[in-house]
Formats: sequence, C-alpha cells, structure tokens
Amino acid sequence: MAGVLTVPAPRDRRAGRLARLLGTRIAASVVVLWAAVTAVFFLLRLMPGNTVDVLLARSQVSPQVRAQVIAAYRLDGSVGTQYLAYLGRVLTGDLGESYVLREPVATAIGQQLPDSLALLAATMVITVVASVVLAILGASRRPWVRSSFTAVESLASSVPPFWLGLLLLTVFSFTLHWFPAIGSGGLPGLVLPSIALAASAVAVVTRVLREGLLHALEEPFVVTARARGTGELAVRFRHVLRHALLPVTTILGWMAGSLIGGAVIVEIVFSRAGIGRLTLSAVQNRDMPVVTGVVLLAAVIFVVVNILVDVLNWIVDPRTRG
Amino acid sequence: MNADVPLLSVTGLEVSFASRRDTVRAVRGVSFEIGRGQIVAIVGESGSGKSVTARSLVGLAGDNASVRADTLTFDGADLREFSAARWRALRGSRIGFVLQDALGSLDPLRHIGSEIAEPLREHRTVPARSVPGEVLRLLAEVGVPEPDRRARQYSHELSGGLRQRALIASAIAAGPELLIADEPTTALDVTVQRHVLEVLRDRTRDGTAMLLISHDLAVVSELADHVYVMKDGRFVEDGPTRMVLDAPRHPYTRALLAAVPVPGVRALRRPERLAQAGTVLEAKELHKTYRLPGRARLTAADGVSFAVRAGETLGIVGESGSGKTTVGRMLMGLLEPDSGKVEVDGRPWTALRGAGRRAARRRIQMIYQDPLSSLDPRYTARQLLEEPLQVTRTPAAERRRRVAELLDYVGLSADLLGRRARELSGGQRQRLAIARALAGEPDVIVCDEPVSALDVSVQAQVLEVLNRVQARLGVAYVFISHHLGVIYQISDRVVVMNKGEVVESGDVEKVFTAPEHPYTKSLLAAVPRISPEAETIPG
Repeated sequence: MAGVLTVPAPRDRRAGRLARLLGTRIAASVVVLWAAVTAVFFLLRLMPGNTVDVLLARSQVSPQVRAQVIAAYRLDGSVGTQYLAYLGRVLTGDLGESYVLREPVATAIGQQLPDSLALLAATMVITVVASVVLAILGASRRPWVRSSFTAVESLASSVPPFWLGLLLLTVFSFTLHWFPAIGSGGLPGLVLPSIALAASAVAVVTRVLREGLLHALEEPFVVTARARGTGELAVRFRHVLRHALLPVTTILGWMAGSLIGGAVIVEIVFSRAGIGRLTLSAVQNRDMPVVTGVVLLAAVIFVVVNILVDVLNWIVDPRTRG
Repeated sequence: MNADVPLLSVTGLEVSFASRRDTVRAVRGVSFEIGRGQIVAIVGESGSGKSVTARSLVGLAGDNASVRADTLTFDGADLREFSAARWRALRGSRIGFVLQDALGSLDPLRHIGSEIAEPLREHRTVPARSVPGEVLRLLAEVGVPEPDRRARQYSHELSGGLRQRALIASAIAAGPELLIADEPTTALDVTVQRHVLEVLRDRTRDGTAMLLISHDLAVVSELADHVYVMKDGRFVEDGPTRMVLDAPRHPYTRALLAAVPVPGVRALRRPERLAQAGTVLEAKELHKTYRLPGRARLTAADGVSFAVRAGETLGIVGESGSGKTTVGRMLMGLLEPDSGKVEVDGRPWTALRGAGRRAARRRIQMIYQDPLSSLDPRYTARQLLEEPLQVTRTPAAERRRRVAELLDYVGLSADLLGRRARELSGGQRQRLAIARALAGEPDVIVCDEPVSALDVSVQAQVLEVLNRVQARLGVAYVFISHHLGVIYQISDRVVVMNKGEVVESGDVEKVFTAPEHPYTKSLLAAVPRISPEAETIPG
C-alpha cells in the first residue's frame, strides 16, 4: 500500500465512529430479530394440528377463550393478516398467554429471568477471573507446565455439565454439606451450579487466552517493555493480556450460546428455578406460547451479546477503529 | 558514578542457545569497552550475533540463552551476578534500549504517551503528577511536532519517522547513561533516517554513551567513534571508525565496504542496450486515488507516464508513500487506474479479457521484497518452479530441462530443489523467486524492493544475478526501490516519484549526477555516505 497519511483523530471523531458502529450493528440486529420472529411464526403453523390447538396446548378451555385466541391471533384471516397481527403483538411486547400456566408468557419469563441471570452472571465472573488467572499462570515455556495445563483443559472442556453437576453435588452437598443441594436461595446456592456451568467455558477461554499470551510474549514490544525495566507481572497485565483478549472476544459470542443451552441442564440438575426449568416444562407440556417466548428471548440475548462483543473489540483494539 | 573505569566493559562474552537438537553459539568470545559519552558501533550482517550481543548487555538475550563472560561490568558493577530485580532497576533507567522496527516495538494497543510514561513510572524518575508533562517534554526533545496530540495517538497512527522518535523518547525517558540502538534507522526513508540520526547524535552531546548496532556502514560512519566488525559471533576487526572504513585490514570488512551500493559508483557492468528497442510496457497518464477513513483522500498516482523498452531496466525511486508500489500494481494489471491506461505491447489491460488477459499476464511477472510470503510455504522449490510450466502445459521431460535451465540462470544448485522456502536463506529465496518469474519467459519483470530486506553482500549477489539474467535473456525490469544506491546499480533510466507524481525522469547517470528537481536533489543529499570528510563527534 502506498502512502501513509496520519489523519488527526480527536476524541469526538472517535465517539462518532463508535456511534456509527453501534448504529449499523443495531440495524443488523433488528433484521436478525425480525427473522427470528418470522421463523417462530411459521414454525407454529407447521406444527401438526390446528394452530388454535397448538397455542392452547391441550388445556381445557371454554369456547369463549377459544374464540378470544382466534380473535387475538387473527386465526380466521389470511396468512398475511395472521403474520402482521403476530408481528404487531411481538413488537408491543405481548408474547401471548400461556394457557397451561394460565398467565401471560411475559410474566412467566419475567418471574424466572432473575434466577437465570444470577446464574449466568456468576458463571461469567467465574469464567473471567479463573481464565485470566489460570492463563497467566500457565503461560510458560516449560513443557511440563504447558502439557499439564493442556491435559486439565481437555478434561474440563469434555466433561458434560450435568455429570460435573452431579459430581459436585455428591461431594460438596451430600458428603461435605458445604453447599445446599437444591433451591435458588442466595449466594451459597449459586456456587455449585455456576462452577458446573463455567467449567467448560473456563477450559476453552483459558486455552485461547494462554495461547494468545504465549504468542504476544514473543512480540518485540514485550522486549521493549522489559528493556524499560518493567517487571514480568506488569508486562503480562499491562501489555500482553490485552493482546491475548483479542481472540477471546471472538469466541464470546459462541460462549453465550453454549451457556444458555448449558443453563437449562444445570438448572434441572440443581433443581433451580429459572428459564431452563420453564423451557423444559413448556416443551414437555407442548406449551407453544412459552416455547416461542423463550426462543425470542434467546435471540435477543444472543444479539445483545454480539453487539457487546463488537463494542469490546472496539475498546480493546484501537486498530479496528478505522 | 565511578569516573576512572569505563562505563561498560566486556571481555570474553559467549552466548549460546540450546535447543533440543543442537546448541547454536551465537556470540563466541567478544570483548569491547564503551567509555562515558562514547559512541561505539557493532557492524555485521544478519546472523552475525550483533543483536544478541546487545541484548545480553541488558540481560534480555532470551529464555533459552546461556550467557558467559570473563568480565561484564557496567559502571563497575558485575552484571553476571545481577538478580532479576537488579536487572530491572538497571534497564530503562541506566541503560536505554531502542529496538529495530518501531511499529512492532511499541505496544500497538497503547497510546505512545503511555509507552513513554512507562519507564518514568517504573523507575519513579519524576513524581507521578509530573509524568504527563515530562512525556510531552521528551516528545518535543526528539522532535515530534504537536506533542500533546501525538501523545494520545497509537503507534499505527504515526508515520515511520515519528514512531521511531517516540521509541527513542521512551528509551531515553529515564535519562540513561548508555543508550543501545539496534538498527534504529533500518526501515526508514533516507530523509527520515537523516533526522533520526540527528536526534541520536543530539542525545550523545550531553554525555550519554551509545552502542549502535547496524548492518549499514554508512550510518555507522556518520555517528560512531569506534567500530567493531562482527562476523559469525566474533569481532574480525575494530578500531576508530575513520581508520576501519578508510583502511580496512580484514578481507571481510573490505568485502562489506565493496558491497555497499553507492550512487555514482558503478559496481555492475550493465549489459549493452539495443539501439532500437521497442516499447514493451507503457504507462499513460495513470491516476489513482485511495479513500482513507474519514473523508480524506490520498493521491497515490497523479498523471504517471513512462515507457519500458525491451531489455532495459527502468528504475522507479521514491520514499514510502510516493506511490511507487501502486504504480507497480497497475503495471501488473492487478489494480485498475482511476484514469489513464497501461499498455502491454500496445494493447491496454482494460481491452484484455479472459484468455488474452491471462496470456498477457505471463509476459509480465513480479518479484517482491519478501519471497517468504509470496512463495507458497508448502511447495518445494521444484514445485514452485514447475507450477508456471504446468500452466503452459509443458510436457514433463521438457519441464525438467527447463527447471535445470532456470536454476542455472539464477545460480542455484539442484540440491535445493527439495527444500521449501523457509529452508532457504534470504538470498536463495529471492533467486528462487526470480527463477519462478522467468519460467513463463516474460518480457518484463516488475521488481518491488527485491533486495531491500537483504544483507549488503547478499544484495550485491542478487543484483548480479538480475544483471546476468538480463544480459542473457534480454528481459526488461521495472525496478522499484527506495534505495538510491541500488537503483543506480541496476537501472538504465530512472523515474523519481514523490507524492504520486513523477518529478524527474531520464538517464540514470544524468539524473544522479545533475539532478534538476529540488526533490531529487534533497533525496541524493540525504543518502548517508562513507566519505572521509564526514564529521564525527569526538568522544
């Protein structure tokens, strides 16, 4: 490439670029969410049987309620009318009514969401702290350190969360009685489930982060930093860690997806309330309004996480701020 | 501070790197001294051990390096007995280190201001609240304009010269008594190199000693009081700079000096040019503008016109950003000009489509600065040479004959055919790239900085190969380089580019001896020379 011009980039210009980045990402997300809503709509129609019966999920209701459902979803109209009606309802935040739970889907999800979010938040904290610490400890040239870390990581990433959950329960709840075995109550109840959920994420993130650290430690700017008298820990935290984070941000999106899936299993194993439990019972009861509500929620979470990943990348790597 | 002992004293320094298979002895017993305020240089080619020597002095030779010495003292303190903590206290505060390649040596994710502040904070050189002000003072001292704005920029946002200055600022921040500069100007244009050398020279005026590591004898001659010539881990010769450069005793020093391409001094015998050579490639009024982030635009080519005749070398010389590579890519038909056209044998690229375009492609080949990235790393030398022959459906027996012929042109041994690019030396790689370019029997080879990454002795060999090939095959070259000495050696005619424009063109002797344009004059004036009258700063 010929020509190097250094163009001044004052702070307000950078803020403008961030706004533009966010604008395009959000616009793209709207398209993704619209596609998700559309897919859900046609999925409902593809279910065997009458759409009214699908929505009512075999629950016994009076003919009046049945007529209400038909009116609310415009099931007497054409496909186009039904689609527009459905889209309009979702846009106004109305996810429909669960006739099994006899309450609005939004309420059902809203009740369960805090427990799931607490579990996810605890898992994220464990993942971040544990992977950074383990990666920095494991970023060594010594072959035995590397191979032992690799072995533990392979093991941890291949253990299924439900099995690890059962193992943790057996040891720490039933045998040692350190942590409660069931329920969502408070912080002690969070420890074991979040460890079970975080284990494989920690293994994967640690590996990526550790390879990133080892790679970045070879860079010339590390020699420069050491030549300034900077200590090893400062070199790792101040310089190298940020470089190693770059590949991690790209797997964060994938991780969010796998955590949502894993949360369902962990909530069942630990008998916790939460979206996972709600989803499982909804699937068992063929409670389609709840299932579609959860699908839309998952899509929203996924989209939000991906926007956050882009923002994180923007913060970590000034070179992507073009 | 101890005034009667030398600042740095080294005897019998040995550095070896042990790997699972073997032990490499990079430094094999070198001894030298640096007095206070003295500028000492170590000159050598890549692999000579000069950088390892420099790094050993700050305890950064590497994890798997074993460093031994009979004496290794800095200001009377025995460095061999230093603990990690004492090394850290020494580095940055009493010995500053400027590494090669400022782009890689400054953390790309941090503002350059934070990079310069690091040694200040690490060694508590100034109180924490004065650090920002001190950073600005340092940036100003090394000649960075608008320090307050630059301090908040990242290294990739700075030009090569400003980056190098910022790196120097971070090395001198804590006021070290010794500054080690490892190839401080290697990647820079001549005019920028001149400024950076002045910055370094200014530093030594106040009594800072300097150890300069370089492959470039001309750079050394401008700065150093005393020079050590290094080869294969040993010093083959040393002495006051003037004496070593004017009257070299060791054959290696003489060979090194002879290999330096100097504008105005002919080292190669150029082949006779044909009287009525036809035009094989022509650029007509090429314009190309790039859009930059934001609304800025960069004009890389602004009405560039020239013709390349059969069997000649047309040199394109210019500094980075002058648009010479853009022009090279347009000649290759790899990049469409915004306006204007490139004609191959009188037919413009734009008129060529499909098979015609592919046929024309074979007639113009390209070689690059870094053959390691332009040659497929998974291919052996034989596969690399056979690939272009397979494209033209050459029968197998004929292919073998042609491969042997190509090797002969570039002076490579057939033993190397089984090796991959990584397993070849820099010079062998570039010869392989030339042989591959020749496989399709081209009329023109566009050479983009083909010898810029090579040591002077290897550089001279590759230029010799190019010269010989041209004499034998009559292929024309478009030779793109920032190096005026190299351009002078290989070119018949030259085009001088600046900011996308051709400022001067003509016969190489004429342009180099009687330049007309002020820009050409300034370029030629900035070339560091090994000349007897060059002043050196007394130690």
